[in-house]
Amino acid sequence: MTEFLQQLVNGLSLGAIYALIALGYTMVYGVLRFINFAHSEVFMVGAMIGLGLGRHLPEGTLWGGLVVLTAAMAGSALLGVTIERLVYRPLRGTATLNVLITAIGVSLLLQSVFQHPQVFGATPQLFPAVFPVKKIGFGDLVISSNQLVVITVAALLIVVLQLVVFRTRMGTAMRAVALNPQAAQLVGVNLNAVISFTFALGSALAGAGGVLYALNYPSVEPLMGVMPGLKAFVAAVLGGIGSIPGAALGGLILGTVETLVGGSAALSTYKDAIAFAVLILILLCRPTGLLGRSTAEKV
Amino acid sequence: MNLPRLPVLLSVVALLLAPGAFTAACAQDPIKVGEVASLTGKEADFGRFSHRGTLLAIEHLNAAGGVLGKKFELLTEDNQSKAGESATAARKLVSRDKVVALLGEVASSRSLEIAPIAQTAKIPMVSPASTNPKVTETGNYIFRVCFIDPFQGTVMAKFALQRGWKKVATLTSVSSAYSVGLGKFFKETYLAGGGVIPAEQKYAESDKDFHAQLTAIKATGADAIFVPGYYTEAALISKQARELGLTVPLFGGDGWEGEPLLEIGGTAVEGIFFSTHYSSEDTAPAVQNFVKAYKARWGGETPNAMAALGYDSAMVLADAMKRAGTTDGTKLRDALAATKDYLGVTGKTSIDAQRNATKAAAIFTVKNGKFAFVESIAP
Repeated sequence: MTEFLQQLVNGLSLGAIYALIALGYTMVYGVLRFINFAHSEVFMVGAMIGLGLGRHLPEGTLWGGLVVLTAAMAGSALLGVTIERLVYRPLRGTATLNVLITAIGVSLLLQSVFQHPQVFGATPQLFPAVFPVKKIGFGDLVISSNQLVVITVAALLIVVLQLVVFRTRMGTAMRAVALNPQAAQLVGVNLNAVISFTFALGSALAGAGGVLYALNYPSVEPLMGVMPGLKAFVAAVLGGIGSIPGAALGGLILGTVETLVGGSAALSTYKDAIAFAVLILILLCRPTGLLGRSTAEKV
Repeated sequence: MNLPRLPVLLSVVALLLAPGAFTAACAQDPIKVGEVASLTGKEADFGRFSHRGTLLAIEHLNAAGGVLGKKFELLTEDNQSKAGESATAARKLVSRDKVVALLGEVASSRSLEIAPIAQTAKIPMVSPASTNPKVTETGNYIFRVCFIDPFQGTVMAKFALQRGWKKVATLTSVSSAYSVGLGKFFKETYLAGGGVIPAEQKYAESDKDFHAQLTAIKATGADAIFVPGYYTEAALISKQARELGLTVPLFGGDGWEGEPLLEIGGTAVEGIFFSTHYSSEDTAPAVQNFVKAYKARWGGETPNAMAALGYDSAMVLADAMKRAGTTDGTKLRDALAATKDYLGVTGKTSIDAQRNATKAAAIFTVKNGKFAFVESIAP
């Protein structure tokens, strides 16, 4: 029983990070109807910013951790907006496929730039323990403070995001654009501002995800975003792409399934395969994902 | 009307020709030796050390006048520790640079990429530190100067039994030939010696989350955990094990010996054990001379096993070249195969019928944030 609870905690903390990244995919898809494959690199850059700043701050303080987290979120938001402004905006209105391929190009570009020895290099580096480190034990069940930080921060950010989308003017505008961009413009919504805002919000979440991921798995390198990015994309599709609660749910399910499978000796080799098999199964039964609305559109 | 541009054009031509003319005049046909190493990327620490060792050997050989009246030229290609890159690099070295022999790689998976290319081209390849048996099984042109996985797995199983660990769980990487090999031979010897393996967990290269596997291992109450992997994963695994309240010792093979193990692992790697090829604390004159020369050449850095093996790989090759009296691939191969009791830095090296080296293993631990020699185990 303790083992199962322990695996559940492990799975939830991993799933919370997937959820944060998945939200970025889903929001951009909701507004622009395309998959931003450079998102996993925004996640990586978030961790890099955290690393750069974390080295100059005292380790193990709550304020230091929050400063690192905020800075990484701000930096990632800036990067996301810049990518959209420089690369995706000129291509807006062309075929979705063009933007999709370009997004993959941006992703590879960022990976390669960071692999250059003058920028970061390919060698993994240690991420400093910016938050206080403590072990909390309930009998045999051990929860590390990092896992708690991950789950708490992720839950808070998701609540904040929900409030922004449903309780603010900008959120209303976002939903309007998601529903029908032309009609939204006709009633006076500034399309460019909404799209920039969406990218900023999604990228900030990815940046937070990057720092939290690096906190739990403290080795940072330029390709660190690839696998979590892919998993988060799966999580977004699993939950129903375009749906915010769906992305959160998808992330949690994927993280938990992966961990539970990884913990059984017979199946641990097939950890990733089974996570993706779950996706196929759910999509076979519900093509739009768990919480997705059915549309006639295809990606 | 193009006249004003002519000087520019001429200087460009001159620039293009100059380096070629320069090398031709100075080097008079050096013996080209290719090296494929992971100078950047995940296993960059291995690559860097083995490259520095190899380069030092080449410099020593050249300072002593080279071999067959010619100097050596080492052409190094970086594979960024990535799958697929080694084959490309080896192909370039063989077909474009026309090297007479290949040195490398440290990781078995990447040596397995290079080996078929060397075999097809009938060019001898000497791997400094790939311990998976399959590497030399590729063909009769493939050699190594280190011991192999069966030996290393066996040594660690003996070590575990000696320490009185009755239940040892294993955590192996399914995507690395090295890890799978070590795990297999550990299991055989350990079970034969009366040990019990309560859990056999798996992970994949570049995984970062091991909480799931470690939680399952914790539930079995194992006395120790055998993790035959590379230092990046080993450090993360140690860290996460301690986070989950697992206090039992972790131990592995020579893949653990890298500075990042200490940097990333921190206090979590205190008290771990791993086997490796040599100890810089060995008092043998060959070792001490090498350590001194290496420190002088590379800014005071203490050479690890990878550096020593890199050095030996080039030296064994040069020794064979001397005996063969030629750089012809087939004759060089025969001379390499006949290597007997060559006294290198990592001990007496003899090449057996399977083109592997037989030598002793050293066990290391981590004490106060530093690698420390524990004992030596003979074959």
